[in-house]
Amino acid sequence: MTTGPFVAIKDVAKRWNGQLGVEGITLDIPEGSFTALLGPSGCGKSTTLRLLAGLELPDEGKIFIDGKDVTTSAASDRNLSMVFQSYALFPHLSVAENVVFGLKVRRVPKLERQKKLHRALEITGLLGYEDRKPGELSGGQRQRVALARAIVAGQRLCLMDEPLSNLDAKLRNSVRKDIKKLQRDLGITVVYVTHDQTEAMSMADTVVLMKDGHIQQVGPPEELYNKPNNTFVAEFVGAPAMALISSDGLSGFEAGQRLGIRAENIQIVPKGEGRLTCTITESEFLGSETLIGLDHAHATGLCVLKSGMALMPEGDTIDITFTDEHLHVFDASGQRIATQT
Amino acid sequence: MSAHANLERRRQAIYGWLLLTPALVLLSVFAFYPTMSTLWSSLFSRGTRRNPVEYIGTGNYTELFADPTFWIVVKNNLLYAGVTIPVSMAIALAMALWANGKISARGFVRTAYFTPTVLPMIAAANLWLFFYTPGLGVLDQIGSVFGLPSINWLGQPETALWAIIIVTIWKEAGFFMIFYLAALQTIPEDLKEAADIEGTSRWTYTRRIVLPLLMPTTIFIAINALINSVKLIDHLFILTKGGPSDASKLLLYYIWEMAFAFFDAPQAAAMTILVIGVLAIVAAAKFLYLDKRTHYQ
Repeated sequence: MTTGPFVAIKDVAKRWNGQLGVEGITLDIPEGSFTALLGPSGCGKSTTLRLLAGLELPDEGKIFIDGKDVTTSAASDRNLSMVFQSYALFPHLSVAENVVFGLKVRRVPKLERQKKLHRALEITGLLGYEDRKPGELSGGQRQRVALARAIVAGQRLCLMDEPLSNLDAKLRNSVRKDIKKLQRDLGITVVYVTHDQTEAMSMADTVVLMKDGHIQQVGPPEELYNKPNNTFVAEFVGAPAMALISSDGLSGFEAGQRLGIRAENIQIVPKGEGRLTCTITESEFLGSETLIGLDHAHATGLCVLKSGMALMPEGDTIDITFTDEHLHVFDASGQRIATQT
Repeated sequence: MSAHANLERRRQAIYGWLLLTPALVLLSVFAFYPTMSTLWSSLFSRGTRRNPVEYIGTGNYTELFADPTFWIVVKNNLLYAGVTIPVSMAIALAMALWANGKISARGFVRTAYFTPTVLPMIAAANLWLFFYTPGLGVLDQIGSVFGLPSINWLGQPETALWAIIIVTIWKEAGFFMIFYLAALQTIPEDLKEAADIEGTSRWTYTRRIVLPLLMPTTIFIAINALINSVKLIDHLFILTKGGPSDASKLLLYYIWEMAFAFFDAPQAAAMTILVIGVLAIVAAAKFLYLDKRTHYQ
């Protein structure tokens, strides 16, 4: 075992025809961890994964896997497996042939191949489907074939590029749990790209939030939620996202600052007792609670949660309040200012 | 209720027949009827002023099988098909794989390959006539630089058919390449990436993934090439007229000759029926055997 991190990305940059791909990506991934690369589309998360996989080569920086410099190595020399968004199954090969394709290429003996195939299909619950073609499987099953193919070789690093985005919402939930369990049981290191924060927050030990080719924040899910580094993270993480209030709307803060507040920390109070007076723009019944969207001249994304079914008429004005300790303070450039508490 | 259902079923049946009619009419008029009438006329003797037309059964066929020229033509055509089909397909595939890659001037390369196909057949044949002409032709001029003797490529029995074969390959390879190129572009990029991660060599990837996925296209092209190989006639008119001494005569040319130069229509009809029979067997093999073993997306 090496002492350093299992995967290390140092100052990696990739540009296309002068256009920005990713810039200054530095990331350490410990062995056996589940890391999610999260961000809106075009933020460079897939590029980062492809750089790690060796499907693209970086213009700058270095990549280490298991202590070995693999910056310019071919994808096959990096000892990793990958699950593609489209699954990338070979349509003319059966499930079994798809799964053992890589083993065959690597000239693994037939007996061992059979054993590994059986185990991989067992883990992914695909026994009995060996002779089917991908075209005869449902989306979820295809997805599991792709997973089986990724784990069959026993690589310690597995990269996943939005593996759930082609599944319907219900299936996504169950496969999400399967993937997480698989990762834990096999003790493999997973780097997982997604644009869905629910996936990232629920599965990952570490979330890497990216925007415009730059890493915005790296940390465990709760840290991104509770201590967003900047206003982008604040507005991206959480559903509903954090509301931002400019300091003009509140007394006691320096000009240009912006204050973040989460919906669960806002209370509705009787008229005249609140810190802000807002107009109701929408009421959305979510089941266990009702989300009430608010509009205020100095704030964006303001909303408040009321438990149960509590629709409020649109256009009404209400007063809201919150305590300073729940406020996240950001400076004019959007960076978090450490609060005095 | 049942009357209602009956009416509805009849309406559906009428719709079906209406949709079928155009194809049925066209095929009947231009394919089924001519085939049947050809078959019919192949069973009768050739009418002359002294001998009226009479039914002779398989007489035309036995006469054909006894005709040495017929066997020369069959042998020529088999050689012609046996060389042009695999060679032009292999070249087409190689060019497509190359033109599909990340090469500079890709558009130019593709256009260049396709040019032979868009040239009118007669123009192309004249172009090659200029290449092959002894003394003045490009081939001879190049040969003379190296001190090689002048060769009459089209004028001697040993080379005439091969000269035709080369023209055909040149013309067909570019056409088939377009089909391969189109098929290659439907293969998703990430299959290559998935294979790359597993450490698949370029050759293994081509053999295990690309070729099986191209199989439907390959069958399509093979059938087309086969049809073309019995259809070739225009090049022969320009380049050799089937000569010298039948060395480059192919089936359709001989059929034409039989019908319009020797005015023996029943013989020509008999030969046509034989060609149709062979093509029908190939088509049946394609539907019954190959289609089951091919992955269609």
